[in-house]
Amino acid sequence: AGAAVAETAPADVKFGEYGEVAASLTGSAGDPASGRKVFSERSAGNCVACHTVSEMVEDVQFHGDVGPSLDGVADRWNEAELRGIVSNAKNVFDGTVMPAFYKTTGYIRPGDAFTTKPATEPLPPLLTAQQIEDLVAYLMTLKE
Amino acid sequence: ALAAGASQADPVEDTLVVNGEIEMTTVAPAPEHLGGALDVVRSGWLYRGDETRDMQRDDFENPAMLYVEAAATAWSTPEGTAGKSCADCHGDPESMRGLRASVPKVNPNNGELWAMEQFVNGCRTERMGAEAWKWDSQDMRNMTALLSSVSRGLPVNVAIDGPAAPFWEQGKEIYYTRYGQLELACANCHEDNNGRYIRADHLSQGQTNGFPVYRLKQTNLVSLHNRFRGCIRDTRAEPFEIGSPEFVALELYVASRGQGLSIEGPSVRQ
Ligand code: HEC
Ligand code: HEC
Ligand code: HEC
Repeated sequence: AGAAVAETAPADVKFGEYGEVAASLTGSAGDPASGRKVFSERSAGNCVACHTVSEMVEDVQFHGDVGPSLDGVADRWNEAELRGIVSNAKNVFDGTVMPAFYKTTGYIRPGDAFTTKPATEPLPPLLTAQQIEDLVAYLMTLKE
Repeated sequence: ALAAGASQADPVEDTLVVNGEIEMTTVAPAPEHLGGALDVVRSGWLYRGDETRDMQRDDFENPAMLYVEAAATAWSTPEGTAGKSCADCHGDPESMRGLRASVPKVNPNNGELWAMEQFVNGCRTERMGAEAWKWDSQDMRNMTALLSSVSRGLPVNVAIDGPAAPFWEQGKEIYYTRYGQLELACANCHEDNNGRYIRADHLSQGQTNGFPVYRLKQTNLVSLHNRFRGCIRDTRAEPFEIGSPEFVALELYVASRGQGLSIEGPSVRQ
């Protein structure tokens, strides 16, 4: 148990009226440096598949542009809103292509990662509570 | 600048003439049944880099042509208990000109929607007494490349009404369903976001007129159903089987989204 006690499970996350999540999913603040890695690594969040961040262009190759640039994103959204967007962007942007990163059920033909094998719900969420908090901490550094 | 992608996001403007003689229509008005979802339809060729595009202009540069040649040999080689080859009944492969542009189509003998692969296997098992080729086998990919090559330049023109209508509806339903843990439909990538980059990949409209394609990454022909499978796998989903009725229906629907584009297969992709 230990550290896990404070963690909020995907099914227990409390979303506000606009999809925001006020409380930290881990009960503590995330680490922006780790969040930056989660953002850029293909095997983690792979957020750069869809978003560009100018601050990263030098050391991370191939930013996509399916989503908006996240430069200055912390000027547009507060921490609770960013946590909500990363946990489940569908609550904030109706019908968005952005995946829900902290969700475990409600999928059509879910697979076991990229193996093509079927998987049974509940699936592990795409990111852990810690990774989400780290991402939120990183996004909060993106001010103009 | 390349890394950011945005400035590179549009398809190129270029014209494709293969072997200096086959003029390809790579942009066409969107068919009415798309209901305004796209203004124009564009060949995937326009989304590829200069070198890749150039390889498709000339059969001597197009690596897929080696597989077409292998299929031409198979075409005239007798196989099976009937001791017959394709050529014995069909003459030259050119006799198949036009077919690629019209498949999948409903087989009047059984009411099923059949892709090219099924017609080929129908002849192998029913008329030659030979074994069916696996859908995604090298022999089958080679043969479909040959049968596509003789239709190059003709516009995609699949029937979507009459007996084909229910299959077309089924394919459309699949096209707009958001599969897998990433909850992405074909339309999310190829309709809403074509022209944009998803990581290093420049998203095309996901048209089928170039299939089978020669992929430089795989150094081999890739079948259409294999591509479908890969795209659905990438949504962290369980794809339909290669050769399944679902994929044949999807094949019909996606082909219909490219009505008017020239058959280019076998084309070249990165
Ligand atoms: C498949 C594409 C895709 C992926 C992957 C993706 N996003 Fe998004 N994201 C979008 C789109 C598109 C929007 C714009 C909202 C909409 O749909 O209208 C968006 C919006 C956002 C916003 C709000 C931006 C603003 O300026 O208003 C944030 C913050 C964000 N994403 C963060 C992330 C993070 C962090 C990740 C990775 C964990 C991620 N996104 C992964 C597509 C994506
Ligand atoms: C014994 C005769 C015979 C042999 C051998 C034969 N076919 Fe056929 N094939 C036919 C007949 C008959 C049809 C149905 C009539 C038609 O549509 O032309 C047909 C139909 C087809 C069709 C569908 C044509 C259409 O317009 O719908 C394809 C494709 C085809 N054959 C490919 C092949 C290939 C490839 C081979 C060898 C691997 C082959 N056939 C061997 C007789 C044969
Ligand atoms: C997550 C994004 C994504 C989704 C969802 C997706 N694709 Fe793709 N697809 C790609 C990428 C990336 C490529 C390679 C670049 C290109 O040609 O667009 C591709 C290529 C293709 C091609 C090859 C086009 C060519 O000219 O070589 C076809 C056909 C295709 N997709 C069809 C589909 C269909 C049908 C679906 C739904 C079952 C689908 N895709 C879902 C990303 C996607």
